[in-house]
Amino acid sequence: MTATANYDSRILKAPHPVPGAPDNWKRFFSFNTDAKVIGIQYMVTALFFLMVGGLLAMIMRGELITPPSDLVDPTVYNGLYTMHGTVMLFLFLFPVLNGLNNLLIPTMIGAPDMAFPKLNAAAFWLVPVFAVVLMASFFVPGGPASSGWWSYPPVSIQNPLGHFINGEMLWITAVAISGVSSIFGALNFVTTIIRMRAPGMGYFKMPIFIWTAFAAQTLQLLGLPALTGGAIMLLFDLSFGTTFFRPEGGGDPVLFQHFFWFYSHPAVYVMVLPVFGIFSELFPVYSRKPLFGYKFVAIASFGITALALIVWVHHMFYTGTPMWMRNVFMLTTMLIAVPTGVKVFAWIATLWRGRLRLDTPMLFCLGGLFNFIFAGITGVMLATVPIDVHVGNTYFVVSHFHYIIFNTIAFGIFAAIYHWFPKFTGRMYYEGLGKIHFALTFIGATLNWLPLHWAGLLGMPRRVASYDPEFAIWNVIASIGAFILGVSSIPFILNMVSSWARGAKAPPNPWRAIGLEWLLPSPPPAENFEEDIPTVINEPYGYGLNKPLVEDEQFYIRRALGN
Amino acid sequence: MTKAHPNQKNAPNVGAVVMVIIAVGIDIVLSVMIAKSSYNWFPVQASSAAPYVDNLFSLETGIGSFIFLGCSGVMAWVVLFNRASKYDESDGEPIEGNTKLEIAWTILPLLVVFAIGFYAINVNETLKNLGPKQKYQLGTDPSADLPIDSKSSVGPIDVISRQWSWEFVYPEGVRSSELHLPLGERVNFRLISEDVLHSFYVPAFRLKQDIIPGSVISYSLTPTREGRYRLRDAMFSGAYFSKNQTDVIVESKQAFNGWLKRMAKEPLKPGLDPGRSMYELRLSKGNKGWATVPPSPAPMVNDPGDPTAPHEA
Repeated sequence: MTATANYDSRILKAPHPVPGAPDNWKRFFSFNTDAKVIGIQYMVTALFFLMVGGLLAMIMRGELITPPSDLVDPTVYNGLYTMHGTVMLFLFLFPVLNGLNNLLIPTMIGAPDMAFPKLNAAAFWLVPVFAVVLMASFFVPGGPASSGWWSYPPVSIQNPLGHFINGEMLWITAVAISGVSSIFGALNFVTTIIRMRAPGMGYFKMPIFIWTAFAAQTLQLLGLPALTGGAIMLLFDLSFGTTFFRPEGGGDPVLFQHFFWFYSHPAVYVMVLPVFGIFSELFPVYSRKPLFGYKFVAIASFGITALALIVWVHHMFYTGTPMWMRNVFMLTTMLIAVPTGVKVFAWIATLWRGRLRLDTPMLFCLGGLFNFIFAGITGVMLATVPIDVHVGNTYFVVSHFHYIIFNTIAFGIFAAIYHWFPKFTGRMYYEGLGKIHFALTFIGATLNWLPLHWAGLLGMPRRVASYDPEFAIWNVIASIGAFILGVSSIPFILNMVSSWARGAKAPPNPWRAIGLEWLLPSPPPAENFEEDIPTVINEPYGYGLNKPLVEDEQFYIRRALGN
Repeated sequence: MTKAHPNQKNAPNVGAVVMVIIAVGIDIVLSVMIAKSSYNWFPVQASSAAPYVDNLFSLETGIGSFIFLGCSGVMAWVVLFNRASKYDESDGEPIEGNTKLEIAWTILPLLVVFAIGFYAINVNETLKNLGPKQKYQLGTDPSADLPIDSKSSVGPIDVISRQWSWEFVYPEGVRSSELHLPLGERVNFRLISEDVLHSFYVPAFRLKQDIIPGSVISYSLTPTREGRYRLRDAMFSGAYFSKNQTDVIVESKQAFNGWLKRMAKEPLKPGLDPGRSMYELRLSKGNKGWATVPPSPAPMVNDPGDPTAPHEA
């Protein structure tokens, strides 16, 4: 392969929008086009909303610690769980992952910035816009949307007070704006990955995080139009008297479920794929071995993308879906176990006989992988139609997806935050606080969601504000776990704030990791490698192989050190 | 792609092989124990579907436990024994992959999930709970031309779900708030909702079916154990969704027929209406909280049932 075959020289010659704001804290509050600034904007915003969503969850767990509905009115409970899910997905998970994409994609592929820096900034600034719209719904008459993040009609469009501006209307508006922001982001990420890789970085020399971000953002582009279309029809049913989903006018409420899940199932993979990427980056670093089966792991990402688009009906096994269709979607869903299995086994083989270093990022990765294996197994159970017919819409499902979405995805995100914290802030975090954060998170998350699997098997439906006394024991343990999770945020916030302000200065490569981002100073300059973009000559993860990643590696190492 | 040091090749390590065999043996024993104990995690088995579900679940619990314990066992091993000491900056052996192993762990899971999948398809074909689903104009007679399940011996019983109450109408015209079923007979239902989505869910039966406004769904099941079980609404249906539950009473054919005869003579009276008391409490406190539609009127039934009777599962 020639050194510049995949590199578009026009990119370098194009005038980059130079970050105009001064190099101080004010740039984080401006329309800044530097991907590294945008990345931090995304992440700080997302972590703020993690606290908001967590607070909502703790009120819910307070209600559920006793069987009767006694802490808040059931209508309030319904609004809380709806907003908890919405905030966590649209204001924590998507933004935090887009933050990581912004920080990591240009630095990992050696690009100066994103392909469309202004679009990138616009995508970020839509997040506070829809956050305000969504939060405003707490204060409109009748309260916020309260039919779950699925927002299934007809219950979501009942609009009891009959006002034009109501919680549900604001909710749909916020979700639609979020979709626009995600499409802006996805266009940028996919274009940047295809067009702006460093010379020599063919597809099979890209780090796995780039592969997974590519796979995930492709899913965004393919899936989001379905959700946006469904949301607009729902808004018309709610506000303008159409009857796409209203049975009184001959509409079919089940149709919405197809629109919704055609995107919202792949959405799970949009969130989990980058975390697979994080695991694939971090396990080699902290066990000092190459990633086992790099090519298989890379290709498996697109295997997951392809399958993710043909499994959505498994959310509808008991809605009256005909048997042949349930059987087909059961098999496609089960097939996802194959590419994910390839990844899991590859990570374990990477660990095997390594030289493990249990720093905080590694602890979160190991914890996340442990939880993910468990969640994968309950996932195959849920794919099995007869089992799903019993445990679907119960706490078994709630436990399963929290094992994915928190115990795997959020663990991976915490691992990434600690791992790349020195690179992008230029400061080291405090290891002790990080380990306390991990221990509290792991204990809290396990107590919170492991016991609830049994509540689900015994038949406790999800989304209930009250329940029969036989489920009390599981819920008491879960609530204690939730409160421990709440406490776990204290060492995390303390660590992040104090380390960023006064932590030890970080060297360019504190973990002795291999990757283009580690050849940059910490923090990297505005345009990363600027005029001297390295030429990649070897596969990533060459731990122990003594092969340089790029041509003239020593030059970049010296330059990052400022020599 | 394998790159092992030449001097480590072709020397089977007997100690390691024995240890792997012992580890796999322990994994199998533990997995079988977990699979067996999984039967205790469910409510009692009260329908012909329940044993199938529990067996499938037990099978997957066994396979899943084997994989989970195997993987986490290896992880525990490396965390305990493959740690780098504080100043050890060396790298591990640079194994980049093993194509045979990678093909094996692609093919084997594929075979396992397909085996489970075809077993589950077989169970679906055996149970055949779900009959046809037919659209109708809300406000007209939903049962007009829905075919009756020919294999059923009782029914069709109309299951009418509302925000937030249940009503059951038997072919003889009797109406009740709790669902009475004869033991050992395949019963056919017509599932009806006039407002929002609901779900007919009886954990002891291991069966759940959503009820869709604007469609009527034919559904059949066979109760296999006498007793009183919870019937829960499992699809979120608004403010008092969690209160929208009642009981199923499975009794002998004789007792069931006797009950039908007795109830036919009873006058209609308001049936169970579990959301009402909370809604009235809310109104008495000044209608605070977030918006909700009012509960629909209580169904008029011959047998309002007994909400205080203890349920088994």
